[in-house]
Amino acid sequence: MTTSATASLRETGTPIIAIRNLQKSFGSNQVLTDISLDVDKGEVVCVIGPSGSGKSTMLRCINVLEDPTGGSIVVDGMDMTDLDLDIDAARTRIGMVFQSFNLFGHLTVRENLTVAQIKVLRRSKAEADRVAEENLAKVGLSEKIDAKPSSLSGGQQQRVAIARALSMDPDVMLFDEPTSALDPETVGDVLQVMRNLAEAGMTMVVVTHEMEFARQVADRVVFMDGGVVVESGPAKDVIGDPQEQRTKDFLARVLHPGQLG
Amino acid sequence: MSTPPASQQRGPTGPTAPTATADATPKAKMSKRQKAKLSRGIQYAILIVIAVVIAVVADWPTLIDTFGRIDIAIGMFPDVITKALKNTVVFTGLGFVLGLAIAIVLALMRLSSVGVYRWLAFVYTEFFRGLPALVVFLVMGFGLPLAFKGFNLPQLIIIMIALALVSSAYMAETIRAGIQAVPKGQVEAARSLGMSSSRAMFTIVLPQAMRIILPPLTNELILLTKDSSLAYILGSSVDGRELTALARAEIVNTANLTPFIVVALCYLVITIPLSYLSRVLEKKYGSADSGVK
Ligand SMILES: Nc1ncnc2c1ncn2[C@@H]1O[C@H](COP(=O)(O)OP(=O)(O)O)[C@@H](O)[C@H]1O
Ligand SMILES: [Mg+2]
Repeated sequence: MTTSATASLRETGTPIIAIRNLQKSFGSNQVLTDISLDVDKGEVVCVIGPSGSGKSTMLRCINVLEDPTGGSIVVDGMDMTDLDLDIDAARTRIGMVFQSFNLFGHLTVRENLTVAQIKVLRRSKAEADRVAEENLAKVGLSEKIDAKPSSLSGGQQQRVAIARALSMDPDVMLFDEPTSALDPETVGDVLQVMRNLAEAGMTMVVVTHEMEFARQVADRVVFMDGGVVVESGPAKDVIGDPQEQRTKDFLARVLHPGQLG
Repeated sequence: MSTPPASQQRGPTGPTAPTATADATPKAKMSKRQKAKLSRGIQYAILIVIAVVIAVVADWPTLIDTFGRIDIAIGMFPDVITKALKNTVVFTGLGFVLGLAIAIVLALMRLSSVGVYRWLAFVYTEFFRGLPALVVFLVMGFGLPLAFKGFNLPQLIIIMIALALVSSAYMAETIRAGIQAVPKGQVEAARSLGMSSSRAMFTIVLPQAMRIILPPLTNELILLTKDSSLAYILGSSVDGRELTALARAEIVNTANLTPFIVVALCYLVITIPLSYLSRVLEKKYGSADSGVK
């Protein structure tokens, strides 16, 4: 059901995210060697791979939180590496969710959701409030609208962070290990919110270690290692029947940690 | 109850030789408590001795006649409040606000990606941190007007700039440290929502840095209140006197030192609430959960 729903929403033709020969070095440390990846509108792509393989760096290059050292990234027709691009305007169309939530600690939940709407998108206070309430309802936290982030559990904070990103009405959402910093009992709520988003047709790139989520929700799974895409394809292939030895080793470690760890 | 009777007889202030040092653990524990008691006793004794010596040796009638003339003290009112205290507060306030503005710019320069800005801010900070406030006042009040013909600013402006120069270097360092204490993820989240780097700085980073900055900034305000007394060396009209200038004038007028005491109390009226505020802010923001994540 999920697959057909997203498939119908997906447009064929130009991908909404087009990464070509992306390279990124920190000084002499080449982290991304040569990454090419297309994401279609409405597609959910899960990126998996061992720690340090460059998944976060790749994701952060998409909205240029990291400056690529080579290659090109086009999001929704915007050349993200073009120096003439209004990068702030471009970023409003790319939502990002961080492993450590990064909610604004001095603001209430409501203010977290409205501050960029008002200051960046120039929405009226009333309009911003309405959008905030709508998105907070989506993540099931309407009653927390006047709470301070520090009073929320990790899972609640992450759901607020998702609502904050959604309040900008982005065309794509980037998730960088959104559940890795959470207590196990709060992971499920966050994954459920992401499932709902995927079903509603949001284009999502999700760096994750949640193999079950990837298997169920991802249209495509990308396995990265050592700064390159090693294997990419439908979840049932990459996770269910990996072809590359490195993918097999990684999945064996993640899926059966007791046996090889 | 298990205290050795000997110590009870000697009492807390009595001289006791620590005899049980080499004893077994339970007794060693006792002697620790005993020692603490003894030490406290000695401290009280010293205090009492000093108080008694002062009370006996001091020439009270002369002292009171020199520092405690009620009639002179009363004669200073209400001007000491309505003019001098007001001027001290105004000088300090203006100097602080300008200093804070300069300090924020300096702190941002220190954190800039442009090397020249970083270097300029560094040189400024090192320069003014190393100068006595008195020197800054002398240069601002007498040096610059001599050097540049056009430099005859109103007294108030000169004092304000001098105090700003004195305080900005310290405050810049405090602000820089506060900004750097805000996690990088806050800026990244702000930028990912489309905020420009300056928007992120003023909307997201600085308000959170304030929690860290505020207590030391309050301390700086106390220091600046005291530094404002240096304005007296610039001389002023009767209405332009702050507390110290007034005290000096009154001392000359009355040939008595009571004005010093009155003015000292006035300074305390400003600084004690400020140090209380500083402690409150420190308690509120200084502890582990400052809301910065
Ligand atoms: N800002 C940075 N400066 C220097 N090196 C970095 C920086 N960010 C990431 N790296 C390096 O890039 C490599 C990949 O990191 P990352 O993209 O976070 O991997 P992953 O998300 O797959 O765990 C790591 O070796 C890391 O040390
Ligand atoms: Mg990572």
